[in-house]
Amino acid sequence: MIKAEWFFWLVGAVFLVMAAQMLRDRTNPKRVGSAAFWGLIGAGFVYSSWVVEKRAPAEPLGVAVLTMAALAGFGFTGRGEVRTTSTEERVRSAARLGNRLFIPALTIPVVAMVCAVGVKELSIGGEPILQKGSETILGLGIGAVVALGVGMVLLRERRLSTPVHAGRSMLEAMGWAMLLPQLLATLGSIFSVAGVGTEVGELTTKALPEDSRYLAVIAYCVGMALFTMIMGNAFAAFPVMTAAIGWPVLVEQMNGDPAAVLAIGMLAGFCGTLATPMAANFNIVPAALLELKDQYGPIKAQLPTAAVLLGCNIVIMALVAF
Amino acid sequence: MIVLLGVLVVVIGFATRRNPLLVVGVAGIVTGLLGGLSPREVLAAFGNGFASSRAVTIFAITLPVIGLLERHGLQEQARTLIGRFAKLTTGRFLALYLALRQVTAALGLVSVGGPAQTVRPLVAPMAEGAAERRHGPLPDKAREKIRSFSASADNVGLFFGEDVFLAVGSILLITGFVNTTYQTHLEPLHLALWAIPTAVCALAVHGWRLLRLDRQLEQEFGRGATAPGRDATEAAA
Repeated sequence: MIKAEWFFWLVGAVFLVMAAQMLRDRTNPKRVGSAAFWGLIGAGFVYSSWVVEKRAPAEPLGVAVLTMAALAGFGFTGRGEVRTTSTEERVRSAARLGNRLFIPALTIPVVAMVCAVGVKELSIGGEPILQKGSETILGLGIGAVVALGVGMVLLRERRLSTPVHAGRSMLEAMGWAMLLPQLLATLGSIFSVAGVGTEVGELTTKALPEDSRYLAVIAYCVGMALFTMIMGNAFAAFPVMTAAIGWPVLVEQMNGDPAAVLAIGMLAGFCGTLATPMAANFNIVPAALLELKDQYGPIKAQLPTAAVLLGCNIVIMALVAF
Repeated sequence: MIVLLGVLVVVIGFATRRNPLLVVGVAGIVTGLLGGLSPREVLAAFGNGFASSRAVTIFAITLPVIGLLERHGLQEQARTLIGRFAKLTTGRFLALYLALRQVTAALGLVSVGGPAQTVRPLVAPMAEGAAERRHGPLPDKAREKIRSFSASADNVGLFFGEDVFLAVGSILLITGFVNTTYQTHLEPLHLALWAIPTAVCALAVHGWRLLRLDRQLEQEFGRGATAPGRDATEAAA
């Protein structure tokens, strides 16, 4: 059986190899800090396996996570020069390869889909080939590995270090933003452990009249959007609002279909992401990249759409979830 | 009520533009301690949170392939492919990009687009070019508007396309959180199916607004650009 943890080790190993490359990259003025940041992520990925199985304490990993946040937060990470091809080389290569270039890129989703839908049902000697419940994660991993193989054959690339260097450059370009979704998810889980969800839930149930399904749906969807605007990320708002209203009221009390309630609730949160400067990587960074005078330009373009879609989500959830 | 102070930390942190990682770290520590956790338990919460949310970061495994393909001109080829639609108006072009972005995100190709990869080098210049062909030189306000809508097409397409794909972060986050917290078993496939109605609404709503952009540009800025020409013909007559 192929286990999900093996794949997490592979991702951790890739981070560790990239960290080693960063340490040796003298074009990066902050190479030690960068290597430490990505090295800790890589080591954390591997160590997490034992934390998940409760065979190792979680506290050292917590120290590592806060160290990563400090390393990136106080500006100890940086990026080196990108080793890549010139524009002319790329234009010539694109002209020669044409649309074949899209084949490896499309391999990833195709393999992921095949694993999630097809291979999932297969088993050898009574044991499923892919670990149960992790078929999609494994599909993505297998897809990426297969695509890398296909790409290297197609492009006649012999050295594995070339794609690893290319991937590392993209990682360095993303920098701390890469860790933010995972940290925001962590914050969301701390909020739920500390009882923020229960507090918000008590406040809303006090305000909500009994057995009012539609008001509860509105409260969950609008709450997701508002909380996402505050937290800057639907991932962080989701555990809190779901613990407050989504699960106890909509799923347990009113027998809503959990898949529909939670999927549409997350999308209601995305309406909030469109409308907040705190979702910096989607709204403020593009404004800077596009050299806009008004840094809220993208948000202004998105606001009417976000408002209408929030209404759509409320209507869809009320129609299909019960 | 006092644990809600953690939410306040996040709001103040972002309002004063601190680094988001620091804000989130401090907010987590404050909330945990106020919620009655010991310092050890707070550290354990960070550790457990990182361990159980690893799925959000696994897309990094695709970076070497994408990086390799970009070295060999993936972006240039994408440009050539999209270049065949160069005769479209600004609104139609952006609506088409919205649809393309949504479909590719739904296939899991979330990093094919993005503000740095496609919007700045590709989408915004093409959208501006289309407007210039129609209205002549653009005033700065029109340029800002077109660029803002280019960024919006990318965001809307990504957000409401990606959840239709199974292995995307938010779907994995939902199943991860719910399956561990409430001891149930949700299938990513079911969640992805319920994302389809909203995806259709997003395409209709934002697509319609992008198509209307042509008329708006005409009304707000078109006259300014065509007026000198009209004056010239009147003067000649």
